[in-house]
Order: sequence, then C-alpha cells, then structure tokens
Amino acid sequence: MSTGETGRAGGIDRRRVIAGAAGTALAVALRPAAAAQPRSETTESAIRRFAGDNPIRPGRVSLDLPPLVDNGNTVPLSVSVESPMTREDHVRRIGVFNEKNPQPNVVTLHLRPGAGRAQVATRIRLADTQRITAIAEMSDGTYWSASADAIVTLAACLEG
Amino acid sequence: MPRRRGLSRPVALVALLLTAAPLRAEPIAPTDRRSSFDQMGAEIQAMQRDDDANPGMLAVADGADLWTRPPSPDRPACAGCHGEAEASMRGVAARYPAWDARTARPIDLQGRINACRRTHQGADPFAHESPDLLALTAFVATQSRGQPIAPPDDARLAPARAEGRALFEARMGQLGLSCAICHDGNWGRRLGSATIPQGHPTGYPLYRLEWQGLGSLQRRLRNCLTGMRAEPFAYGAPETIALEAYLATRAAPLPIEAPAVRP
Amino acid sequence: MARTLINLPKTAKSGDVIAIKTLISHPMETGFRPGADGRILPRNIVTEFVCRFEDEDIFRAELFPASAANPYLTFTWVATRSGRFSFTWRGDGGFEQTEFAAITVA
Repeated sequence: MSTGETGRAGGIDRRRVIAGAAGTALAVALRPAAAAQPRSETTESAIRRFAGDNPIRPGRVSLDLPPLVDNGNTVPLSVSVESPMTREDHVRRIGVFNEKNPQPNVVTLHLRPGAGRAQVATRIRLADTQRITAIAEMSDGTYWSASADAIVTLAACLEG
Repeated sequence: MPRRRGLSRPVALVALLLTAAPLRAEPIAPTDRRSSFDQMGAEIQAMQRDDDANPGMLAVADGADLWTRPPSPDRPACAGCHGEAEASMRGVAARYPAWDARTARPIDLQGRINACRRTHQGADPFAHESPDLLALTAFVATQSRGQPIAPPDDARLAPARAEGRALFEARMGQLGLSCAICHDGNWGRRLGSATIPQGHPTGYPLYRLEWQGLGSLQRRLRNCLTGMRAEPFAYGAPETIALEAYLATRAAPLPIEAPAVRP
Repeated sequence: MARTLINLPKTAKSGDVIAIKTLISHPMETGFRPGADGRILPRNIVTEFVCRFEDEDIFRAELFPASAANPYLTFTWVATRSGRFSFTWRGDGGFEQTEFAAITVA
C-alpha cells in the first residue's frame, strides 16, 4: 500500500507523515486491556459477601443498560425494584456487580422507606462486553436479582 | 479497556481505501447536513439534553464563575465590559472563527477569549486545553445554543477557508487518508462498530466520554489526525484555525449545541 | 472545592415523590490506568455519597472504580415536610465535600 501519492495540494506535501510512528505504536501497547488484569476478587465471591448464604431469586428488579454501549468509560445505568417502600416492606440495599472489570463491585446503594420508590440512576465504567447483575436485599431478608448484557467496542479512530 | 472485535483498525481503514466505493468526496449539501447527535444511543442523547445530567454543564458553571471574576483587583472581569453573558454573548459563538483586525488573521472563540484577557484584562492568556479556558469557552459557546452556525460574510476569511478546505481534502499520513474520504464520502457507514459522523463542530467544547472530560475542537482535530496516522497540527497553528474556519462553513446552518456529549 | 450540580424541586406537595439529581466533578481515577510514563496512576475516587434530610440519612451509595468519572447519582424521596438536604461526598486522599439545598413542602 503506497503512501507515496499524497502529492501536493495547496501546499501540503509528503512531509506530513508520522514522525512518531514508533511513539504511536508505543502508546497503543501501553493502553491496558483491563480485562486481562488479574481480578481482585471473583464476582461470585463479591456477591456472596453481599448476600451471605441467602438464596437469590431472579425477579422484582429491573436493570437498564444500553445493549450496545457508545463508550465503555461512561455507561448510563438505572435500576429499580418493585416495592411499596413502606416501613414494613422496602428495599434495604441494592448491590451492582460486573464480570470483567478488575473489581467485581460497581456500586452499592442503601435506601430508606422515605424514598417512595426504589429507583436509582448512575453512570458506570465497563472494561469489556459483559453481564451486569443487580441484587436487591428486601426488608424481609429476601434477595432478588436481575442481569443485563452490554456490548462494548473500541472507538473507530484510536487516539493512541 | 475494551477488546477489539473484528478487523484491526489499520486493516479496516486500508479496506476502506481499497474498496470500490467511488471517492464521492463532495462537500455535503446544506440540506443534508446532520449533527452526530443523531447517531448516538438514546441514553447519551438524553445525557446531553438534560442540563442537570450533562457533565459539560459542570464546566459551564465554572465558566459562569470565571465570567464574573476579575483577573486582578484593578482590572475588569468579563462581566465588567460585557455584562450579562446571556444577553451580550448570544449568537457570538455562531460567528466564529472570525477575522481579528489586530493580528490580521482569523481567530477562533478561545483565541478571542485569550486576546481579550491580554488586551483588556492585562492577564496572561490561558494555556490551551486548560480547565479555565475550556470552562469560559463552554460558558460563552452555550449562550448561542440553538442558534445556527453563521460564518461571517467576510472576504478576509476566504483564504483561510480555502486553506482549510484543501487540508480537509488532502490525503495525509501513513494511510493516505483525508478527512473528506470518511466525513464527506463515507459518513453514515460504519468503521468497526462506530458510525462515521459528518464531523461538524456544532458541539464544542464538548464532553467526550473517551476523554472523560471536556475538550476543544482543536483537541479533537489533533486526535483525528493521530487516528489517521498523520502528524497532528499544533494547538493554535494556522492550519488548525484554517480547518476550524472551513468546518464552520461546512456545518452552517446546523445549530450550536455546546456543550455536547459525544462518545 | 469540586463543582457540583444538584437538582431538586424547590417546592412540593406533601406526599409527592420527588427526584433528586446530583453530579460532581471528580476524575474517579481507577488505580488501574497507566500514565504517560507507563506507571499506574494512583487511585483517586469518591468512595461514598450520603444524602441526609434534616437529621436523617435518606440515601447512601458506596462507589468503586467502576463508577464513571464525574459521578452522577439520582434517587427519589417522598416530600413530607419543609427542610434542608445535605449532600456529602467522601473519597480517597481525605476528599470530603458537603452541599446543601432546601425544599418547601406545602
């Protein structure tokens, strides 16, 4: 493939080539694949720390994540739980977990009955295509969960 | 950081070059001009639209503060001469780059802010991409939000605009790509999993998720050139301003949307 | 002092469920990212966010490196009486910042 045909156009000539080709390659090499880094803890272990030995049932929790992520650095996430949020029946905590980031925890939310609704939105980082899981602890000691998958890709034009 | 999928980037770009796609690098007709806002997912669009959720608004709030802060006790703040920015700066960003009579060359908005600092406030110019310069530029730019880009009808800008267009259409760098090949000739198609935008400057300074912060059009142009494997122009270089001048004419009359959010 | 943006209605009727939106400027440096010299940049994140109404905790979040830069958190609260909210962010390096907002409940 020839780079020789840049030619001249309005004063631009072939001098406008990479001086720092080596620098560009080095920058790419330094860009870490976080998915390849050793994890501090498994997702399973983090979930066990959150929920103890209690059974976790799918349901009651809704987790919203864009299926194809514009950029893994900032991914809008919202989680809600079916609950009247009364003193007698409310969500106590919601733990959000990931599979492929260097650490399994994403965020842990602590709610009170006065919230009216169990509904929280935030923004998270996703190191790679993976599944996110949200687990809600209810005031009656039961645990419920939902999961969502997100696809994460690289930007088309890498800045290096 | 995310694992690459499919073809490696340079291979994909080479494939783009070698495909039969005719080089229909005609400038985009005004009625076909679209902001890349349209190509983003709904969630990121919502992030931009909501002033309480748009991370660029943090910088705008900083800029509003800087607007009223004198650089030294005996010199005016921006507000000292310009009053309420909402009134005095309305439409200003839409008319930049403009001609600067003092230096007899085109000047972009952040250049104008720095020139004001030096000439009227006796203060050192802000460094390129400094938080203060970005914040003030974002604050001024957002006062034109919704206004169509309106490049001045000024013949003195013609040489810079022509140079900018030549740069935009020139093949450069290791891959021999030009801006026009992607952004005039292949916008709307995919490069990897990303949709190629038309590449308009309507949202700058903008919050780029890739940067995890606010940045200027100049920074984005440097990133684009590096991504093309070409030598990036220096901040404030004549080539950079020429490109900005051309991009403004290429984008008109799309409305200003600063501070935008982009992947 | 980091820049914050806090949004909630200034007034509400008793029993309304209001939405509270918070945004703070913070790099949320993960502790996994190398700098330009190849060495890992030290972790610098917000680790905790607490919202109180008058003298009572109403919402708390534990944040991790997986939270995006410039953390954004929105949650809800049932308006019962007028008063003052406090919003406190704490994090690495002794980071701590509190902001306030008032609400009038009819």
